[in-house]
Amino acid sequence: MNRFPIWKYAILVVALLVGVIYTLPNFFGEAPAVQVSSAKSTIKVDAAVEERVREAIKAAGVTTDLLQLEGASVRARFDTPDNQLKAKDAIEKALIPDPQDPAYIVALNLVSRSPAWLSAIHAAPMYLGLDLRGGVHFMLQVDMQAALTKKAESYAGDLRSSMRDKNIRHGGISREGQNIEIHLRDEATLTAARNLIADQFPDLQTSVSQDADGGQLLRASIKPEATRRVQEQALKQNITTLHNRINELGVAEPVIQQQGLDRIVVQLPGVQDTAKAKEILGRTATLEVRMVDEGTEARAAEIGRGVVPFGDEKYLDRNAQAVIVKKQVVLTGENLTDAQPGFDGQTQEPTVNLTLDAKGSRIFKDITRENVGKRMAIVLFEKGKGEVVTAPVIRSEIGGGRVQISGRMTTMEANDTALLLRAGSLAAPMEIIEEFTIGPSLGADNIARGIHSVVWGMLAIVVFMCFYYMLFGVFSSIALSVNILMLLAVLSMLQATLTLPGIAAMALALGVAIDSNVLINERIREELREGASPQMAIHTGYERAWATILDSNVTTLIAGLALLAFGSGPVRGFAVVHVLGILTSMFSAVFFSRGLVNLWYGGKKRLKSLSIGQIWKPEASGTSVASVK
Amino acid sequence: MEFFRIKKDIPFMKHALIFNAISFITFALAVFFLFSRGLHLSVEFTGGTVMEVAYSQPADLATVRKAVSDLGYQDVQVQNFGTARDVMIRLPVQKGVTSAQQSERVITALKAADPQVTLRRNEFVGPQVGDELVKGGLMALGMVVLGIVIYLAFRFEWKFGVAGIIANLHDVVIILGFFAFFQWEFSLSVLAAVLAVLGYSVNESVVIFDRIREAFRRFRKMNTHEVIDHAITSTMSRTIITHASTEAMVLSMFFFGGPSLHYFALALTIGILFGIYSSVFVAAAIAMWLGVKREDLMKSTRSETDPNDPNAGAVV
Repeated sequence: MNRFPIWKYAILVVALLVGVIYTLPNFFGEAPAVQVSSAKSTIKVDAAVEERVREAIKAAGVTTDLLQLEGASVRARFDTPDNQLKAKDAIEKALIPDPQDPAYIVALNLVSRSPAWLSAIHAAPMYLGLDLRGGVHFMLQVDMQAALTKKAESYAGDLRSSMRDKNIRHGGISREGQNIEIHLRDEATLTAARNLIADQFPDLQTSVSQDADGGQLLRASIKPEATRRVQEQALKQNITTLHNRINELGVAEPVIQQQGLDRIVVQLPGVQDTAKAKEILGRTATLEVRMVDEGTEARAAEIGRGVVPFGDEKYLDRNAQAVIVKKQVVLTGENLTDAQPGFDGQTQEPTVNLTLDAKGSRIFKDITRENVGKRMAIVLFEKGKGEVVTAPVIRSEIGGGRVQISGRMTTMEANDTALLLRAGSLAAPMEIIEEFTIGPSLGADNIARGIHSVVWGMLAIVVFMCFYYMLFGVFSSIALSVNILMLLAVLSMLQATLTLPGIAAMALALGVAIDSNVLINERIREELREGASPQMAIHTGYERAWATILDSNVTTLIAGLALLAFGSGPVRGFAVVHVLGILTSMFSAVFFSRGLVNLWYGGKKRLKSLSIGQIWKPEASGTSVASVK
Repeated sequence: MEFFRIKKDIPFMKHALIFNAISFITFALAVFFLFSRGLHLSVEFTGGTVMEVAYSQPADLATVRKAVSDLGYQDVQVQNFGTARDVMIRLPVQKGVTSAQQSERVITALKAADPQVTLRRNEFVGPQVGDELVKGGLMALGMVVLGIVIYLAFRFEWKFGVAGIIANLHDVVIILGFFAFFQWEFSLSVLAAVLAVLGYSVNESVVIFDRIREAFRRFRKMNTHEVIDHAITSTMSRTIITHASTEAMVLSMFFFGGPSLHYFALALTIGILFGIYSSVFVAAAIAMWLGVKREDLMKSTRSETDPNDPNAGAVV
């Protein structure tokens, strides 16, 4: 009765093999490597780049033991950090002729040392969390209210020009909070304005009331579904911008993820220069293009005589020179797709070249046509404070969305301006609301501590089990080892991120998993005590224990799932391993240990006793409950 | 080897009143300390900055404290963390200063006092995150409680569900009481430990409930009292061995896991010890007070009716 059919053994063997193979990559450790990725969206990293990297390394006299193109980057692995640095210099020289304008990012990195055949079957090591490898973690909160306010402001501008086109006369359009208020004289213009909004601005909804002067007040607000879209776009754009900024840092495997509706998590493993990372991330800047007010009043205010005219605002440029700009926003960073430093083809002057999206190009064409000879200002807002990056004079109508800013700039200034403009294309300001920095030594300590906890705890259990339950204890211990093997394999397959709480969960999972084996072994002992034959005792022992094991694991699973659903950060890391550990323990403690027992005892016909430790039988006195059947 | 040689069922339920009284007193004390002292919440909940710095020699806390408070921070906590060379500094949230500037300033001040100091870890949590964590934690607790009651009610009977959850919630409160009394730091990982304990010790109750159900079926002559006594006695051996094994693992974490896992392991230890107590003595006793009967557990099991029973009547 205690025999498994061949297919069941086959499942066990296959599970074991798969477990071993997928756990393997974790033991090879990491080797120093150099990673080459693209610095510009127009440049692709392909086989040709791989070839160039190969040649550069060869020319430097360094040997690489693995060079491969993976996704959008080429990685070369080296045996020592020395060779890694040499190769990095060589590759940089070969691929980047102009350090001012790098086409590629060459970064130091660590890659798994596991052999190619393992990578070929997608067996990769687990990711180590920041607490295990060191690095920085940021959680950024996107200021959605600011994004909406900005959107309303730009709608107000659009409305103004549309109403002018349609010759609808109004008594002023202004933004109040996130609403746009339009003062209108009479019913006719009101209807016209409402029709215009319904026609051309599907994202706005309107309501009408009387204003103080007895005229009509049309209040337009952004529809809820459009609000949601604005927020989603703002978040997406910020994530893209963060990607670009972090690329400038050259971090190997950055994690940039959306969390919830308005948060972004950024993790930069291995980054040591946290000040620089914070500076680049923390540059919560937004960009706006506005016209400079060239009126006499404004001119006076610019040189410090007289007040800033109504409808204008005063900002300083980087030389602390005041610039009076109109409140109306012509373009925002949203419409700016790229900003690069360059040189003018004729004058050889340094320039900043901007690329605008379709909508931006259209607006820009109109505005430049109407304002030739006037100045426009590009204003960068950082933490609520505006600064004029540059205020060039418009020389001619500019179509096609390619804008060149030139004049009295050094190469360095052009670079800085381009960087600032690029950095400025955040849709909404962000604020760091959570931040961890973990030094590399602490990471290494944490790994050692985690491993020690698991190893010593497990050893204590194994020694006790073997001592107390003899051969059955050995089976249980093997099952426990299989459990940890399966758990590691599953985590590696899922490419889960292992953290210190995750290791703690692993230790706890083992502590809880042994419960199933204790239940089974105790049950078998009990059956023997009540006089069952050894084979019968194994059979009923496993069968009766199963119901209990299932019940108790389900309750533990409920707690695990609740943690998974409502926990965040370290709690999630704990919960994932906890839940998986429960599932693998059901397989190993019940199915696998039964397989071992069956293999050992199943074939023995005249089995007299089981090696499960001493079975003490109470005196058959009749009062003993255990003997009542 | 066999540790437990119990000849007769131990009459636990005779003393049920005493056990419940003990439970009630510890519970009341825990609640009292929770309210009078409150939990020493970690920076994850309260918001603020935590910095962990390492010195090459044992650090002089007074100097560190002075260096930090000279920067104008009030309510700064400076304490050793793990070893004498590691120092943990806790700063409150400051308006208008970003975390980056804050930690930058502190580390510069410390470097001025002793250039050997290195930053091991820096953690900043904004105040809005803390509120959400508290909410998330309570939600998780609620879901665990609900989930377990429903499962136990479905698998056994509502009385067991209620008994199990009361017994184990009382563990949770007692763990919190310990943390309040000793002013141990209550962090996210401790919260995880508390919820894991909830699942784990319900486990224990389930094993006993399973036995109670089985005993009700097998020993028709026993009354509820005796059935419960029998169930507890016969699972005694497994209870002790399992918990000892789990505890071995937890102690291993306690001793080798370093300061990060210290309170996590501590919470688990308290949880496991009280978990044994409550599921053995409290859960079963509550189920008894609620009046579990043989019939409650029998209704779904039709095979229990003996086909040879002359009183069963004709089968059509």
